[in-house]
Parts: sequence; structure tokens; C-alpha cells
Amino acid sequence: MILAIIIIYLGLVLSLGILSHKFFRNTGEDYFVASRNINWFMLLMSLFGTHMTAFSILGASGEAYHRGIGVFALMASSSAIIVPCVFLFIGTRLWRLGKRFGYMTQVQYFRDRWESNGLGLLLFIVLVLLLIPYLLIGVMGGGDTLAKITENTIPQWLGGLLICAVVLCYVTYSGMRGTAWVNTFQTLIFMVLGGVTFVVIMYRMDGFSSALSKVDPSLLMQADHIKPLELLTYTCIPLSVGMFPHIFSHCLTAKDVETFRYPIIFYPICIAIVWIPSVLLGILGNVNFPSLEGPQANTVLIQMIRQHAPGVLAGFLGAGVFAAIMSSLDSQSLSLGSMFTHDIVRPYLRKRGQEQMSEKQQVRIGRLFVIGILSITYIISLIATPSIFKLAIWSFTGFSGLFPIVVAALFWKRSTKLGVFTSIISVILLWLYFFLQNWQTAGYSVGGTGIMPVAVIIFVSTSTLIIVSLFTQPPSSDTIEKFFTN
Amino acid sequence: MKTTLKYVLYSLIVLLFILHNDFWFWETPQIILGLPVGLLYHIMYCLAASLLMFCLVKFVRREK
Repeated sequence: MILAIIIIYLGLVLSLGILSHKFFRNTGEDYFVASRNINWFMLLMSLFGTHMTAFSILGASGEAYHRGIGVFALMASSSAIIVPCVFLFIGTRLWRLGKRFGYMTQVQYFRDRWESNGLGLLLFIVLVLLLIPYLLIGVMGGGDTLAKITENTIPQWLGGLLICAVVLCYVTYSGMRGTAWVNTFQTLIFMVLGGVTFVVIMYRMDGFSSALSKVDPSLLMQADHIKPLELLTYTCIPLSVGMFPHIFSHCLTAKDVETFRYPIIFYPICIAIVWIPSVLLGILGNVNFPSLEGPQANTVLIQMIRQHAPGVLAGFLGAGVFAAIMSSLDSQSLSLGSMFTHDIVRPYLRKRGQEQMSEKQQVRIGRLFVIGILSITYIISLIATPSIFKLAIWSFTGFSGLFPIVVAALFWKRSTKLGVFTSIISVILLWLYFFLQNWQTAGYSVGGTGIMPVAVIIFVSTSTLIIVSLFTQPPSSDTIEKFFTN
Repeated sequence: MKTTLKYVLYSLIVLLFILHNDFWFWETPQIILGLPVGLLYHIMYCLAASLLMFCLVKFVRREK
């Protein structure tokens, strides 16, 4: 039954992706940014589905199992204020610039903004390196979940292969439009299934109040599990959306700037819808499974479903997890394909004297890169160790550390390429310092104070950017006029 | 008037950011409306964030 549901689900996803190809215009702009013609509902679902990963379902319940209700404050409600603000003040501006100058990637914009190909190349390398662990976590997490749900009927390697194959088909065939269609469907699926899972399990546990009364009271408050400075500085993590290449790509797909209105308004509500059941089920998992240690807790949701609602619901959970994973994986691989096409191949061809790539050429190269990226990701997922999952928070930390760059690009005329260059170097050095020393330590904070490394990195990268920019030559007046005159 | 409203709404973003740090419920496991009060607070917080975004989109972004 579980297998049947998952196969039907994957079939539906594939059909939807292929169906969207009917509207494909065979141009680079259509393949990478859906001809900038996506409506508000699809934009909301795409942005939200791309941002939320399997962590929002499985990881959140695992964290809540150990740390209680504070996980919602730490990871969900912080995003509820930060992410819509980033879309409002940053996303809409990036959309305007993308529309005006035909940008498809962040690097294209930053390269022009600070008149530096070297800066563009450095950013490209950093963004790709930060995105790779994120891709791997999706493929490995999906395979692992499927193996656990089906009790190894589908081994991890086959689960990962299924995910990559389905994503590969609809992303290469239909590009961003297929991705947006499928993301809309998948986001609805995992939003609805989280609620359904919660209601069914509560019914089997004799009601929510009854189950809650059996939980250790320390999990129902924050004092014992979260430090005040951790709550304060964790709000820096959602700033990463401002630098995610896949979120940038989705922002460019909007039909017009008004399309952002409803996604900005409804984003906090979508976050609450997904995270409330995950966090509560994680806490209530302590009632049935009181002795899960460390990362074992990430399976608490699967174990609860096995105990209270095996069969159909387990199949639906598998579909929900697949939905969360694929809705991120597709956008990430497409944005990487776009970056390789526009930030590497295009400048290379220009150097060789070929000024423009034809539309068909862009689509063909983009497709080849998507195939290459997904194939390499899958192969690495076969040899990577499960400790890769610890990289998730570090990947987010790196993207957040780069956030001051996009703010400077949009709001500070005086910012210089040397300022940005040194800011990126400071992010790389600090990130490596914190990462190499502490990546194995779960819940690491600076000196045990609760201060997250991301806050230190952002502070240093911002300071560096400001100080060095003030002492170096600003961009030419033509460039300033280009980007700051309506 | 519009400029004043804009700054009021921007100030509300800062206020909401500060209110995220709910130290007043830090050690309270009390149940209200069937939910732990700390969780209920943050659910209401999400709704307040949505409402603020509505006001920002309606009154600030439109004039641009």
C-alpha cells in the first residue's frame, strides 16, 4: 500500500511536469525564469515549497522532541517576520532589476553592479559550494526516509535514485514553468498532509489535551532548552533567503511587482501551517518513545505513524516528505544549471568572440548542466556519510553571512568591489574557522553563550564591507546611474 | 501623512522583531486555549507578522 501511494504520487508529479511543457516557448528566458509570467499563487507556493525542505517535517519534529516548543520560536516564527521582509525590501527590487536588465542569476547582477568579473567568479564558486551540501541532504534524506517507511523494501540508494530521476525528467523537459507547477502541487501536498497526520495521530492518542498532559512540562516552555541569546541570534539564519540562488530564480518568475503582494502577506501563515503539526508531533513523540537519543529523534514522526496509523498514512507521509524534498531539489538544480550557463559558459563564449548565445543554445546548455548536476549529486550521495546532515545549518550560515552584499548592492551606492571582495573573504575565513572546529558539535554556540556563529559572521562581513568601501574607489557614475535611477 | 505612516509601519517591524524574544513566557509551561502559552504566543506572532505585511504591502509599497 505504501509503495502504491508513493508510486502514484511520483507519477502525478511527473505528469504535471510534462503537461506544463505544452506552454514551453523554447527560449532561455522561458526555461530559466518561466518568461517572468508566474501568478501570485504559484509564486507563493514555489517560494515557500523551495524554502521548506524535509527538515521542516522530519528535522523539526526531531528537534522539538529534544527541545520542546522553543523550536517553533527559533526556526519558524523567526522566519515568519524575516523572510517576508526580505521579499518585500529585497525580492521586489531584484525582480525589477532582473526585468529591466534581463538578469537570470545573482552573479550577473553583482558583476555589473560592481564592474568586476573576478568578483562574479568568486561569488559563483562560493554559492555553488554552499549549495552542494544542501542538494545532497535532500537526496540522502529522501532515500533514507523511504527506506525507513518501507522497512527497507526500497533501499536508500533506490529512493535517492527515484527522487533524482523524477526531478531530472520534469526539470530538463519543462524548465522553470514545470518546476513552478510541480512546486505548487507539492507544497499543497505537504501542507495538507502535515495537518492530516496530526489529526489522525491525535485521534489515536485519545485527543490532544490528553496526550499533552503526559509530556514533561520542561518541553512546554523554553527555559531549559534554549538560551535567550540563541533565540535572538538565530533570527540571522532566515536572512539566507536573500542570497539563495534558487529563491532568486523564483523571484524573477513573478509576472509583475504586484505579484509579490500575496506571497508576502501569506508567507507567515504558511510557515505556521507546516511547523505547528511538526513541532507538536515531535513533542508528543516523548509520550510513546521516551528514550530516543540524538539524531534518532529525527525518526520520531515515522515511528509515531508506524504505531498509530500504519499503511495509508505512512504512504502519505512518504509522499509529503518527497514533496518537500523535490520542491527544493528541482529549483536548486535548475538555478545551478542557470548559473553555469549564464555565469560561466556565456562569459567564456563572449571572450571567444561569440557575443550572444541563441535561445536554443541556452536551453540545451541549461539542460545538460541540470543533468550533470543531478547525476553528480546522486553519485556523491552514494558515498557520503550521514554526518553530511550536520552541514545543513552551516550551509544556511554561509548564505546568511553573504546577505550584507545584496543589501549593499541595492541600497548603498558607495559600496565598492574591494569592499564586497573583502567581505566575501571574511565570510569564507570565519565560516571555515567555525566550521572546522565545531561542525561535529550539535547546537554549537560561540563560547557556549548561545550566540550563533552566523551573527558573528554577519557582523564582521558588514563591518568589513563598510570600512573597506569607504577607503576604496566607488563604481563609476555611469554604473551608479544605471542602477539607482528609475 | 503617507511618510508618517511609512515610518510607523517600519517601526512596527522593529517592534515585532523585539517581541520575538518572549522572555516573559520563558519559564511558563501553562496551557491556554489547549496549547502551551509559549507556542500560542508564537502562533499569534505569525498572524501579527502576516497582518503587518498586509499593511506594508497596502500602504507603503503601493505608493512606489
